[in-house]
Amino acid sequence: MTLTSRDIFLFFIVFALIGATGFFQSWNVALGIFNMGLISAIMALGVNMQWGYAGLFNIGVMGFVALGGLGAVIVSMPPVNDAWAAGGLRVIFALLIGIATLVAATQLWKRMEKGAIRAFALIVVLVAGFFIFRAVFDPAVEAIEAVNPANLGYLGGLGLPVILSWPVGAVLAAGAAWLVGKTALGLRSDYLAIATLGISEIIIAVLKNEDWLSRGVKNVIGIPRPVPYEIDLQKSETFVERTTSWGFDPVIASSITVKLAYAGLFLTVLILLLWLSQAALSSPWGRMMRAIRDNEVAAEAMGKNVTARHLQIFILGSAVCGLAGAMMTTLDGQLTPSSYQPLRFTFLVWVMVIVGGSGNNFGAVLGGFLIWYLWVMVEPFGLILIQTITAGMSDGYWLKDHLLDSAAHMRLLTMGLILLLVLRFSPRGLIPER
Amino acid sequence: MDLLNALVALANFVIVPGLAYGSQLALGALGVTLIYGILRFSNFAHGDTMAFGAMSTILFTWWLQSMGVSFGPLPTALLALPVGIAATALLVLLIDKSVYRFYREQKAKPVILVIISMGVMFVMNGLVRFIIGVDDQRFADGERFIITAREFKEMTGLDEGLAIKSTAALTVVVAIIVVAFLFWFLNKTRTGKSMRAFSDNEDLALLSGINPERVVMITWIIVAGLATIAGVLYGLDKSFKPFTYFQLLLPIFAAAIVGGLGSPIGAIAGGFVIAFSEVLITYAFKKVAGYVFPAWEPDGLIQLLSTDYKFAVSFSILIIVLLFRPTGLFRGKAL
Repeated sequence: MTLTSRDIFLFFIVFALIGATGFFQSWNVALGIFNMGLISAIMALGVNMQWGYAGLFNIGVMGFVALGGLGAVIVSMPPVNDAWAAGGLRVIFALLIGIATLVAATQLWKRMEKGAIRAFALIVVLVAGFFIFRAVFDPAVEAIEAVNPANLGYLGGLGLPVILSWPVGAVLAAGAAWLVGKTALGLRSDYLAIATLGISEIIIAVLKNEDWLSRGVKNVIGIPRPVPYEIDLQKSETFVERTTSWGFDPVIASSITVKLAYAGLFLTVLILLLWLSQAALSSPWGRMMRAIRDNEVAAEAMGKNVTARHLQIFILGSAVCGLAGAMMTTLDGQLTPSSYQPLRFTFLVWVMVIVGGSGNNFGAVLGGFLIWYLWVMVEPFGLILIQTITAGMSDGYWLKDHLLDSAAHMRLLTMGLILLLVLRFSPRGLIPER
Repeated sequence: MDLLNALVALANFVIVPGLAYGSQLALGALGVTLIYGILRFSNFAHGDTMAFGAMSTILFTWWLQSMGVSFGPLPTALLALPVGIAATALLVLLIDKSVYRFYREQKAKPVILVIISMGVMFVMNGLVRFIIGVDDQRFADGERFIITAREFKEMTGLDEGLAIKSTAALTVVVAIIVVAFLFWFLNKTRTGKSMRAFSDNEDLALLSGINPERVVMITWIIVAGLATIAGVLYGLDKSFKPFTYFQLLLPIFAAAIVGGLGSPIGAIAGGFVIAFSEVLITYAFKKVAGYVFPAWEPDGLIQLLSTDYKFAVSFSILIIVLLFRPTGLFRGKAL
């Protein structure tokens, strides 16, 4: 499976569009779009694994991305020793009690004989477990959140390099995916969709409300970077000397250098992932996945365990989304749970996959860049469009003001239209599956 | 006396809000379940259809209010409701003709239709935001309360008050009328019977001369009506904010699945199951416990989960039902 000249041309167009932004606006903006494009491409790769390879409908991308972001906090922020002393171990003990309760409940359900006694025992175990959990958990949380609540009030992280958080974010997302997949796979395809929608809302609710873990809506800021800070570059004499000798302004040059460094890191991850997924797709495993997707009954008759394979690919795809989420939080340098919106993080990624070409990894990557570019650019373009439309109206006319105010909402409308048009007239996307 | 106080507190904070919220969810879930039964896909645009319906009703309400029209003690929005329903029905019919019909003729897989509905959701969401913005809009007028907490206290001499918002009562009454009408329509009229036949067995229905396009059209009109009414009632009871309608999608789908997708009775039962579980699990029982066990002084609020986790409640119920009874309480369709 190689790229045709048409595919390369399409990639060329997208990069030329981003390049044009660099020439006409600023390279800073263009590199910003490129970096988020890289991350979007990775998210799209993850969704493409689930949808394109296996036909699984996951609309909880946002949750897995947010879990990746949590991974970045847990790994890289310095630990808050006072908070750990106040109740860190107690929280962990409480969580263990919670897990033990669930394990006990499932074991009980499996081992005991069917009947009223089993149901009663199950309820007793769950209720008792819940109250013991809360009794241990609540005081610990209160103690942790009382530690310097304005600046800290949470457990902090492990203080490790932030790059390590990328695989950790992937593992966290994989864990959540296992839970959802275990319950909802093997049922109707829409049930998986609803279940993923639910788990993503719950993950966001946890991030927003469990202050001891993620500081909730107080946000975690200042996540350590894997690349140098602009201010340090501007202070470094060799950097200033070199950039001025090349004829650049050191302030702009420093921020571009930082962005280029991020781009290098992200590009490495993207190329590695792309190579891995291409290898997987053309391997016997990839053929089996597509066989299952195209005809589950036939594949099952050939002795393939459809549910287990679905679970496998669901976990893999979600892990990739978690990885992208950790990378995004690293790029932002902060975790802001209230910024996770399903339309932006779940449905936009779906538009990327479908427009790019579901089932084709290069298509997903192309879609990631293109749709991200459009998402950023539709707003200024929409404003220009509205300004042209309303140019004839007199100033202060209510319709003109209203239209100008609403221009910002053009994005969703445009993305929906793009999705519907592509599905109707080019359902296989820009780079179709081969 | 204490027991009576406990009962009143429970009614005030659990039963009345639960009934109102349950009716709203039931109306929403009915729409989802009808689309599922007749068109055979999960309509993710339903939340935003509700938002669109509520928005058109609000716009017309504002116009009526500016003309000085009012509905006495009842909210003016009720007068505007038919216009809102008509606007929503026009929109969904237009979308059906321009978008869904193509895939219906192709006999596309349900999951493709679900993705299409996601695109429709984007467009509708954008439309609503474009027209009315993202902010809270209040449009309720008329009498605020049927009975206020103070009046109730004076009347009964109890320490606890029972306040019944007129919007809550209105929600329940309207929901009962709508549901009664819907069931009469589905069970007694020729069109309703043809819809049920179509839902049960498409091929057989086609053989007996039922016009599928007509069934689909009527379904969309009914769904537009249900969605608009549900949206307006929810907006009257709480407030109108486009994003909350998107978030209602999860409890609505949970209600429809818990009841059994494709089963109208199930959708109503599911709506109340979800609503009451949400309210009960996120209610702080401290007050009620204080009346029932006067000797016991709890230090917490006796709240099982904070209200921020109400999604977790509908989600957990959904998972439990999926694990133990994937076809739902009333044996809907399931593949």
